[in-house]
Amino acid sequence: MRLEFSAAVDAAVAEAMARDPRVVILGEDVDTIRAPLLARFGAERVLATPISEGAFMGAAVGAALGGLRPIAELMLVDFVGSCLDSLLNQAAKVGAFTAGTWKAPLVVRAACGGGYGDGGQHEQALWGLLAGIPGLSVVVPSTPQDAYGLMAAALRHEGPVVFLEHKLLSASWLEFMGRGGRDTVSFDVPLGGREGEVAPGLEVPIGRAALRRPGSRLTIVSLAVGVHRALAAAESLSGEGIDCEVIDLRSLRPLDGDAVVASVGRTGRLLVVDEDYREFGLSGELAAVVLSAGLAPRYARVCLEDTIPYARHLEDAALPNVARISAAARVLAG
Amino acid sequence: MDPIALFRQMARARAFEEAIAALWQAGRISGEMHLGTGEEAVAAGVVACLRPGDAVALDHRATPVLTGLGVDLASMLRELLGREDGLQRGRAGHMHLMSRAHLAVSSGIVGSSAPLGAGLALAGRALRPGSAAVAFFGDGAMNQGMLLEALNLAAAWRLPLLFVCKDNGWAINTRSQTLTAGGIAARASTFGLPAEEVDGVDPVAVTRAVAPAIERARRGKGPSFIRAEVSRLDGHLLGDFLVRVARSPAGEGRELLREVAAAAVAPGGGGLGARAGALFRLIDLMRLARQKERDTKRDPLERARRSVGEDVAARLEDEARAEVAAAVESAGGTA
Repeated sequence: MRLEFSAAVDAAVAEAMARDPRVVILGEDVDTIRAPLLARFGAERVLATPISEGAFMGAAVGAALGGLRPIAELMLVDFVGSCLDSLLNQAAKVGAFTAGTWKAPLVVRAACGGGYGDGGQHEQALWGLLAGIPGLSVVVPSTPQDAYGLMAAALRHEGPVVFLEHKLLSASWLEFMGRGGRDTVSFDVPLGGREGEVAPGLEVPIGRAALRRPGSRLTIVSLAVGVHRALAAAESLSGEGIDCEVIDLRSLRPLDGDAVVASVGRTGRLLVVDEDYREFGLSGELAAVVLSAGLAPRYARVCLEDTIPYARHLEDAALPNVARISAAARVLAG
Repeated sequence: MDPIALFRQMARARAFEEAIAALWQAGRISGEMHLGTGEEAVAAGVVACLRPGDAVALDHRATPVLTGLGVDLASMLRELLGREDGLQRGRAGHMHLMSRAHLAVSSGIVGSSAPLGAGLALAGRALRPGSAAVAFFGDGAMNQGMLLEALNLAAAWRLPLLFVCKDNGWAINTRSQTLTAGGIAARASTFGLPAEEVDGVDPVAVTRAVAPAIERARRGKGPSFIRAEVSRLDGHLLGDFLVRVARSPAGEGRELLREVAAAAVAPGGGGLGARAGALFRLIDLMRLARQKERDTKRDPLERARRSVGEDVAARLEDEARAEVAAAVESAGGTA
């Protein structure tokens, strides 16, 4: 079936809800944001919450421990600031404290990412922050198929999973946050991620990267929108004789270090493209992964270096873009 | 308090936001846009009680207060246009407008203005004796933990702070009364704060309620709370999808309605009762969204026009529009 990105997520959610009465949704405005799910499953399973992130996220963790499989919708991942305790100190810790005998099977669904001029409090990626917490799984799909397959896997997973959907890939979030019914604004939406074929029933295992483009000269590792930017850069670089391999991590925790090490072992060059903050995050972690494996590749990273500026032209320059990726790749390949 | 001076500020706020809406619609301003249309009487009424050295913590509908405080209009517009010569050099955008000179800080995180306001009050007490701080937020924020914690903190520390709840009945696109237990003002009373309810459409009434609360703060008698009933004239944000669907269910809403109808009869899921209940709930929400948007009776400008007289009002509104037009011109918004 051909689906838009968020519709693919919703399809996986609807299938899980039909199959498993323990799956419930809670979050702000979910009765309207997920109106079709409300119409099908009723208000007992699609629960609108007050603007009380601390309460409903904490309640989702408790509900998960009590036997439900909640999907807690955080709207934007930026709002995790208001409920971080529930994830950092509760959901993530139960498994360790019970030696793995009791876990909180909770899915946190949140929109993330920038590229539509909403500024520094509403466009962050934050996946590195969350993936730094042992006990959480963090997945960030880049295609409708992976969005469907990773949500399906998350809804069968034993422990807490953070599922992030990038707003440039999600037509509904981009409409709500960026377009607002206007035809006077435009966004650099990666078409390959916005809509695509989805095989019903095909789960994507958490913790497994995907090879998006084979290449021999250097390895670009990315996720979400960054994958599409990297593919566009690789396409133009191939005309210059620079043959790039592109790996889509899809999951941050657990991280598919084997896939990265295998590729970098062949190319000897690693370029990380990460829309999250540059310091103390995914890009440094990947450097540690390859160094720990005994590799000493040439290395560069194209990341977000500071708070996302509001002005569109500043934002475009701040987020990893094709020009910055290409420039970094040329230096690495040279 | 002079009703004409209050009306002037309300007219300036409205004219400014009308200009912002036009620029947003034209694609010159990016991202979300939450206007404070419907909140002008509260903004004008509170600002009239403030003086230099006082501080304000604002939410995502900050502009009516900022225009009242005298923040330069062109500078704010340049900020919204993303220009290097904007108020914050194009780094912030409308949800994060700040002016150090006016001790005014806004945030797009619901509820955050309350603890920020408490801290501004603490600093004011230490560094600017006799000053007061005001935290503005909506009824939706009343369920945010940090706000409830800030009520307690302000009371426990007797901070010179006024909490102003602009109650428009909506928490994003959920009717807040369906998810808010007890009364809003009663919650503040429970923490020992004097809590007043006021018609937020009437600037004179707002000022009458605010003036003694600010005075109380200045004299070191502790925080107060005001719930002002307002309306939300332009939805949660400009281009709000709920509003568009509610207004045009056969147009833009058709695809959504088709999906909802298909889901309502899809195999697997809730029983008939749960499905029917859900549909009624959606229909009711649409009805409310549409009704609310047409509610000009609760437009503070309409009300205030009648009280100051149509002629005076027309003159002041012309002046406000001229001032804003000059600011738009100066900010390069007409280019």
